[in-house]
Amino acid sequence: MVLFTLRRFIQSLFVLLAVSVVVFFAVYAVGDPIELLVSPEATMEARAATIARLGLDQPIWQQYFTFLWRALHGDLGTSFVHGIPAIELIVQRIPATFELVVVAITLTCVIGIPLGLVAGLYRDRPLGRGIMATSVLGFSLPNFWQGMMLILLFAVWLGWLPASGRGDTVSVLGVPLSILTADGWAHVAMPAVNLALANIALVLRLTATGVSEAQSQEYVKFARAKGVRPGRIVRRHILRNILIPVVTVVGMEFGSLIAYSTITETVFAWPGMGKLLIDSVYQLDRPVVVAYVMLVTLIFVIVNFIVDIMYAALDPRVQLVAPAQ
Amino acid sequence: MSASCLRTAVLAALFGLAAGAHAQSLTIALASEPTAIDPHYHQATPNNAMASQIFETLVAQDAKMSLIPGLATSWKTLDDTTWEFKLRDAKFSNGQPLTPQDVIFTFCRAMNNEEAIAGSYAAVVQKFADVQAVDAHTLRIKTLKPYPLLANDLTRTGILWSGIVEHGPIVFDLDKKCGVTGAWPKVADFNNGKNAIGTGPYKLKSYVKGTGIELERNDGYWGDKPEWRHVRFVPVPNAGPRLTGLLAGDFDVIESPAARDVQRIKSTPGFGYVVTPSVRVVYFQFDVGRDASPLVKADNGKNPLQDVRVRRAISMAIDRKTIVDRIMDGMATPANQFLPDGMFGTLPHPPQLKYDPEGARKLLAEAGYPNGFELTLSSTNDRYINDGQITQAVAQYLSRVGIKTHVDAMTRSVYFPKRAKREFSFAMGGWSSETGEASSFLQYWVTSFAPELGMGTSNYGRYSNPELDRIFRQAVTTVDDAKREKLLQQALTLTLADLPSIPLHYESSIWAFRKGLTYEGRADQYTLASSVKSAR
Repeated sequence: MVLFTLRRFIQSLFVLLAVSVVVFFAVYAVGDPIELLVSPEATMEARAATIARLGLDQPIWQQYFTFLWRALHGDLGTSFVHGIPAIELIVQRIPATFELVVVAITLTCVIGIPLGLVAGLYRDRPLGRGIMATSVLGFSLPNFWQGMMLILLFAVWLGWLPASGRGDTVSVLGVPLSILTADGWAHVAMPAVNLALANIALVLRLTATGVSEAQSQEYVKFARAKGVRPGRIVRRHILRNILIPVVTVVGMEFGSLIAYSTITETVFAWPGMGKLLIDSVYQLDRPVVVAYVMLVTLIFVIVNFIVDIMYAALDPRVQLVAPAQ
Repeated sequence: MSASCLRTAVLAALFGLAAGAHAQSLTIALASEPTAIDPHYHQATPNNAMASQIFETLVAQDAKMSLIPGLATSWKTLDDTTWEFKLRDAKFSNGQPLTPQDVIFTFCRAMNNEEAIAGSYAAVVQKFADVQAVDAHTLRIKTLKPYPLLANDLTRTGILWSGIVEHGPIVFDLDKKCGVTGAWPKVADFNNGKNAIGTGPYKLKSYVKGTGIELERNDGYWGDKPEWRHVRFVPVPNAGPRLTGLLAGDFDVIESPAARDVQRIKSTPGFGYVVTPSVRVVYFQFDVGRDASPLVKADNGKNPLQDVRVRRAISMAIDRKTIVDRIMDGMATPANQFLPDGMFGTLPHPPQLKYDPEGARKLLAEAGYPNGFELTLSSTNDRYINDGQITQAVAQYLSRVGIKTHVDAMTRSVYFPKRAKREFSFAMGGWSSETGEASSFLQYWVTSFAPELGMGTSNYGRYSNPELDRIFRQAVTTVDDAKREKLLQQALTLTLADLPSIPLHYESSIWAFRKGLTYEGRADQYTLASSVKSAR
């Protein structure tokens, strides 16, 4: 376990390094941020001073090494646009995104897995077929359109829920959380459902396929022949065996929702990280983009690590040792 | 306290607040968010608009951008380089009275804001030789050279309270830090509210990037009391959610709904909108400075855009009125010059840029291009209203007179750096004159490229006309308004004869609001809480 963690840690350092190179140079290739920042009204000296202050007068490789050196000292750079540390800008947005994604992923599991189970167990009956058919909708609706429709229905026509933004927050250990207030729940409901729909469909279909496959396995037949109660077969024998792919997918989806729920955040004006990334890309705010992608990589690394540990907990055959080279 | 107890308390507080404050609170959705509260950070419309509600300036602009008294009740020039401002009896939001020292401190701070993006606020103060407090209400500014636009330029310098830093006696002496002994205030100190102390109608309550800005009425304000006690500005960059938020009742007022949605707002009971012509002009600039321009190809190997007849032909080939009617849904005004008629320094009767495809063809033939040439139109697709479609339409008009066109529309972060590197031949531009008079467009887009003088910095086409330069330089050093206006008109006439750029239209700004409100639209595109009034 210790060796496994250590290897993982070293691997992820290399991943982070590679990501920083790719993103840094990619944003550089798009264009010169000075043209977007400095108005033509600025004098030549002022313009030159700004270029020098942002370090943009250096050759690109030198800019990169300055960035790397500072990053090693815990400084990921200062936003060109906002003039405050990039990481601070991102961290301000994390609670909002995290909250939204946790609600969405909880919905995904609570609705997706049981429905998938039902659909798999009764796959030849109208109930199972109905669930499977409906789940196709979850994939095929475009996220943006689906969000607008939710808003039109629940906010504009029915007037039940607010159309956008985040509700009132309560500070818990200095972290502003909105899921502790009624107003917060009213705000989080629609964006969370919007994020969850496609994932529910995904988890549902994954579970259903797993269940119907597992049902024809020898060990299930044997358990049935032995006279084990059907409920226990489902819990002990079927569910436990099919959860590995489900956990993997939920883990990956968790990471990607944290990082890239941009569309939902845009539609519902949710003040999360995805919106920050898009804004920063538009403004060529390189420090923010680089810090963002590196942070997201870190989140993925951590999520993968947790998923691996969960494998071991779910399946005794899985051992947490890195393969010997 | 248990969790449920806490929740009850929070809910009770919320509902109590909501019930009491509802009638006096206002929520406004912004299309673009200010990047800081610091009034000397970044010269951008959202920043200036937000700052102007908290920090006032010596001179202000009304909705049509005419100069009106701000913190100065009056001003006059004593000679070509000396201005005298009479200060108002105003109080900062912390109760301290406004003094000439606060103004001097503000000027010094604008010069010493290291974090400012390209020191655009410092550019004004750099032209000062001295600033003297004559008495408790009188301030004299001596400029290095005649500086006729001083009053216009002071409309963007928000006045700070000198007490935000430690200081001795404050005098305008930049080498000695003007008497400031402490550290110069940082941008972050304004964002967190610590230094956000101004004389304006509102006080900053909170500023959370990406989430919203909350303002509270400044009850000690000298002027008309604003109607709204609490104002919340929420950034919603996407037009769709901004509109649905209005329709759902989340917002009372929204900035720039999409022009195509105006019909919808009109047909929905309970909502209203206002369309106001702005000073933002949209145009195309020609690359006239090079014999070989990258995106134009003619059979004779020359750069046809260097011929004024070709430029005039291209202008004649475009039907501006149809573009305004069809593509802009009427939310624009066809332009015959670069600043709306009637503003200072514009031509009272500009030559009409008529749609005349036959004439255009003839002119092209006369210039030696009866079969046209190949031209790529470059533009943004996410900066100006409907910019991509406008470029498509212009390309079609040019094809009709025989010019073979290509359209290359791209996102602004790619476009602007490319344009600065002069990679285009016929490139879209947009300019909003913050001074509300004709010199700014001429200075940056038309006069010869001379960055050391701060002139022609956006003249990517490198048009150069010594006669025009001479007149313009004379204009910007002439303090006498009547004489300066004449000179600016002369320079503009020369520009419209040579057409280094061709104007298309002035964008209109749109605001939509719920029933029971009115909004006074502003030519400078500012969205201000004090422009929202209850309808009577």
